[in-house]
Amino acid sequence: MIGRIVKDAGIAALITFALAGPIVGLPILSGPQGNFVLGSRFGDVAIAVAVVFVGRAAYLALREALPRRRIAIPLGWSAAAAPLGRWFAPALIAFAVLLPLLPFADRRVLDVAILVVTYVMLGWGLNVVVGLAGLLDLGYVAFYAVGAYSYALLAISFGLSFWECLPLAGLFAAFFGIALGFPVLRLRGDYLAIVTLGFGEMVRIILVNWTSLTGGPNGITGVPRPSFFGIPFSANPPEGTTSFHQLFGLEFSSLHRIVFLYYLVLALALVTNAVTLRIRKLPLGRAWEALREDEIACRALGVNPTATKLSAFAIGAMFGGFAGSLFATRQGFISPESFTFIESAIILAIVVLGGMGSQVGVALAAILLIGVPEWFRDLDQYRMLAFGAAMVAIMVWRPAGLLSRRAPTIRLKGG
Amino acid sequence: MPLLSVDSLTMRFGGLLAIDQLSFEAEDRAITALIGPNGAGKTTVFNCMTGFYRPTAGALRLTGAHGAFRLDRLRDHQIARRAKVARTFQNIRVFPRMTVLENLIIAQHKALMRASLFTVGGLLGLPRYQAAERKAVERARYWLDRVGLTERADDEAGTLPYGGQRRLEIARAMCGEPVLLCLDEPAAGLNARETARLNELLTFIRDQHRIGIVLIEHDMRVVMGISDRVVVLDYGKKIADGPPAQVRADPAVIRAYLGEET
Repeated sequence: MIGRIVKDAGIAALITFALAGPIVGLPILSGPQGNFVLGSRFGDVAIAVAVVFVGRAAYLALREALPRRRIAIPLGWSAAAAPLGRWFAPALIAFAVLLPLLPFADRRVLDVAILVVTYVMLGWGLNVVVGLAGLLDLGYVAFYAVGAYSYALLAISFGLSFWECLPLAGLFAAFFGIALGFPVLRLRGDYLAIVTLGFGEMVRIILVNWTSLTGGPNGITGVPRPSFFGIPFSANPPEGTTSFHQLFGLEFSSLHRIVFLYYLVLALALVTNAVTLRIRKLPLGRAWEALREDEIACRALGVNPTATKLSAFAIGAMFGGFAGSLFATRQGFISPESFTFIESAIILAIVVLGGMGSQVGVALAAILLIGVPEWFRDLDQYRMLAFGAAMVAIMVWRPAGLLSRRAPTIRLKGG
Repeated sequence: MPLLSVDSLTMRFGGLLAIDQLSFEAEDRAITALIGPNGAGKTTVFNCMTGFYRPTAGALRLTGAHGAFRLDRLRDHQIARRAKVARTFQNIRVFPRMTVLENLIIAQHKALMRASLFTVGGLLGLPRYQAAERKAVERARYWLDRVGLTERADDEAGTLPYGGQRRLEIARAMCGEPVLLCLDEPAAGLNARETARLNELLTFIRDQHRIGIVLIEHDMRVVMGISDRVVVLDYGKKIADGPPAQVRADPAVIRAYLGEET
């Protein structure tokens, strides 16, 4: 038994050496003339190897020594969780609505909350395409970008207000969704993923290079901030206009605008959710899900696969466009750098880890994947570690996603 | 006028001639069986009839009370929608993660899509859609009762036993109110009792719903038991066509099934 433990720990130590040797042992340092020189930290490597060896051996020894216990998940656990789910979603929404009124809601909390809700909305939008229609889309960020740039350009060039720009941005994004949808109608799975990935990159590269329209890599600055239905949130409004705080007789606070923005994002996210849930129970939504299950059978039943796929792309893209508009108005500045592939990957991770097709699951995954690392921003580089840990944890414990139970859209018994 | 008339149908895949100048007819309110050894081209005929393949040559005409259609010129989903031809598959294709009832509701996609005003009306919650959905559920319930799956209506279709999935596929095809039902080996993998039930169901559909059925089958209990007419294919050619008793005695059919006697 001792021999086996030593052997196992030895292998673990060897793997550590192979990994840590070059990564930890050979750091690149800046030299005296600003050039790079190769350093050496073999002491640290030795420590890492020793820690892994001892740790693994101790873990194995403990496991042998202690009686084997299985972590028993009681039968009917998921049945017990069902009523939990019934109040969990409303509770989550109630918390989200009340958040700005809670005592700890300072500027930073609200900023994180806005970011999280934006990703929840993006997740819900992509969920239409990936979760419901089963079309793996790795270029979703393109629609986010189209929405953001549409808003910025329309608002700056034509002086349109937020509420005029929003539907237009959604419309443009939906149009782009259809434009992407047409060439990929026949593709499925991996091939679809590759083409959509390329599409996402194409949009970003166009944004970088079309300098006359998009400002190229410098982006667009001075995107109008949101106003309270035309009433600005400024401390000293120009002569003849009233500011938000004056109108309501409040003390000026920069928080007003943030709170308003938060509610705006939340409202649009909830609209996204409501529309998606509603469509799911309509023939269109059922056709999406049927298409995900079996396209051939769909065609034999008279479901037009072209129209069904394009509608999924268009509606998913529209929600992405709305989220993009919100992003642009929140930041006040947009550049192609905000719309890289990693954004698509994160949104897709939210959808997949949330449990494809589950709205609450997507919201939870967004909180976990965006909120938690953002919260640990002080930890600097370690926050990506938190991101990775959250992902690994979900994959280990819930391989099909946080909430993977599919609720039927219609029942014969009990309504 | 026959319900379906297949006229000199030819299907070529590269150098392979899968169907060679095949002509046959299928009557309304009758069960026509398409039989033949493995690889004779039976499923290819079905795929041509339901628009999954475009025939190399020949014509497929469907004439019903709702109009006349050239099936060789319509696309698969148009055939299901407009010509009202429904089909099942040799390897079952139910929507496994959707419930049995949802499977049957999707089959009524066209009517429901109209009633929901292509989603817009449904989003607004118009009463017209609600009524249409209730009607769709009623029709689904009727077929669930027919195929004995009412108890399993809210279960995922993938959890049904094999025979249940086969029956569900037939019920799903019937929910679209077809004038012609094409069944690709409906009895494959069924035991004797299930096969007897299938025969009952198919004769019920023919006699009560008064539609035409074309089926591919190897199981002679089905072919000889319920079909009104049998068409025999071998290497893409028709070698016999007639009532079951006549076909069974046909020396060409016996040769094709048992091998050449010299």
